[in-house]
Amino acid sequence: MSATVANRTERNLSLATPAAPVRRGDADEGRECVVPIEADTDIVKARKQGRAMGAELGFEAGDLAMIATAISELARNIVLYAGRGEIVVRVLHHQGRQGILLIGRDEGPGIADLSLAMRDGYSTSGGLGLGLPGVRRLMDEFHIESTPGKGTSVTLWKWKR
Amino acid sequence: MEVPILKQGPYLIASIQSALADADLVQFRDALVEKVGRFRSRGVIVDVTVLDVMDSFATRTLRDLSQMIRLRGAETVIVGIQPEVAFAMVQLGLRLEGVGTALDLEEGLAFLNRMTRIGD
Amino acid sequence: MSRGQIAMGEKGVTLQSTLPEGEKEFVLLRELVSHLRGNRTQLREEWARRITQTQLLTAMSQEEIFAEATSVYDNYVEALETGTLEALQAYARNLSERIIPRGVETHEVVGIVLLLRDVLARSLFSKYRSDFALLNRILDAYEPAANRIANTVAVGFVQERERIIREQQEAIRGLSTPVLQVRERLLILPIIGAIDPQRARQLTEQLLGAIRTNRAKVVVIDITGVVAIDTNVANHLVQTVEASRLLGARVIVTGLSPKIAQTLVTIGVDLSKMNTVGDLQGGIEEAERLLSYKVAPGDAPEELT
Repeated sequence: MSATVANRTERNLSLATPAAPVRRGDADEGRECVVPIEADTDIVKARKQGRAMGAELGFEAGDLAMIATAISELARNIVLYAGRGEIVVRVLHHQGRQGILLIGRDEGPGIADLSLAMRDGYSTSGGLGLGLPGVRRLMDEFHIESTPGKGTSVTLWKWKR
Repeated sequence: MEVPILKQGPYLIASIQSALADADLVQFRDALVEKVGRFRSRGVIVDVTVLDVMDSFATRTLRDLSQMIRLRGAETVIVGIQPEVAFAMVQLGLRLEGVGTALDLEEGLAFLNRMTRIGD
Repeated sequence: MSRGQIAMGEKGVTLQSTLPEGEKEFVLLRELVSHLRGNRTQLREEWARRITQTQLLTAMSQEEIFAEATSVYDNYVEALETGTLEALQAYARNLSERIIPRGVETHEVVGIVLLLRDVLARSLFSKYRSDFALLNRILDAYEPAANRIANTVAVGFVQERERIIREQQEAIRGLSTPVLQVRERLLILPIIGAIDPQRARQLTEQLLGAIRTNRAKVVVIDITGVVAIDTNVANHLVQTVEASRLLGARVIVTGLSPKIAQTLVTIGVDLSKMNTVGDLQGGIEEAERLLSYKVAPGDAPEELT
């Protein structure tokens, strides 16, 4: 009896607390898929997964191409610079909108100079370097964390229009 | 995963059938360059209609391919890049500099015909 | 009576003071919910009456108001009972989707939910008026919960509205950016007015699709009607030119004002590499020239970068 009461009390109390400010991490999260990246063949696997989940959500062809391309670049960076890591694809529902979350993370050498890596040398890029400014252009939101010697994590969001 | 390469007169036509991993792309590049040398082709069409993604590696490989083939006296044209793929490519900042592009096979052949007449 | 048990008296509920706070609150809410369920009919009617009296939901008929009032009431009480808001959120969105096309506005939705909150509160005053302390405790349990519910419904409505507005905007943009096929293999894209990044992107997508559908070999993008562009849109123009080239189409940009030319130069666009012509007519003539070329010595591996 008391166990049941405790459960219900907690749930009732949740109604009484004021709404917490919604942070990105609070977006209701749905299906998630993790693709380990260890070789270049995994790049295609990750792309396919991302495209499939995006298509399920109903993203248009243009957005799907961008999602798949972003995954490809993230995965390729992992293979080239860290040797191994993973790509996470997650479905998002937030305040009535649907979207997709991509994470590319590894425990590689990390990026020494983040601001340099993020500098938008658009007219001179041509696909060189990490291509991070380009990846950012492909998606709606971008977040990167990197610690030299520990690893890198790039998070991207794209919302359905 | 091998990409079929067909000989059509003075040209070679390579149609990519599915998404290629990096190693496959490099293998394809080398096979194509070898065949250009063997058949003394004047032009090469690479059909990428099926590709749903053209990332930095694919772009670089096609550029390299085009340069290597030019060294053997032939011209390359990439055909069939899908609109959404083209859009994603330019967003990423990828360019196929120095490589011919055309809408499809028919346009690609017309392109090569125009190009190869220059030497005549 | 042992600890943890509850005595039910005529006035309703008296609580053992040894019960922990949370449990007391739970008991109160349960009592509250049973009161709301028991008086469902008259409370609902009272609410519907006040909605009409306050002249809300004028876009709907009496029957419709009553029907929706019933659903809202039941969902409201259920949210109070279960302590979870998911079902209510889903219902709020569903309801909003139905009533927004009817012209129901935000203030009306907020208004009716607050009216329900008031009607229920009044009925609690009435029931527990002889026990002020208990009334206070009941209200302590009721008020935060009722406010959360009102918030949820209102926010759900607003989000749904925003979603619909976004959809409409997309549709309008689609209508207002025509790509014209003028001659065979030649497309003209006149751009008029202000371009924001959203519109620029939609323009590019439409153009690329049109290039493929019409097998266009030359595209004339006329920006005579564009007053000014910022760096973002200028970049977008450059991207459009490049993407078109990947589809085998050459782009001619016409109607470049000195001001826009300056912007392009500032962001580092090499105008000598972009095919620009003064006006649309000149652009079309240049396009026809390009199309009629059988052998083009200048047609070396594409230099338009």
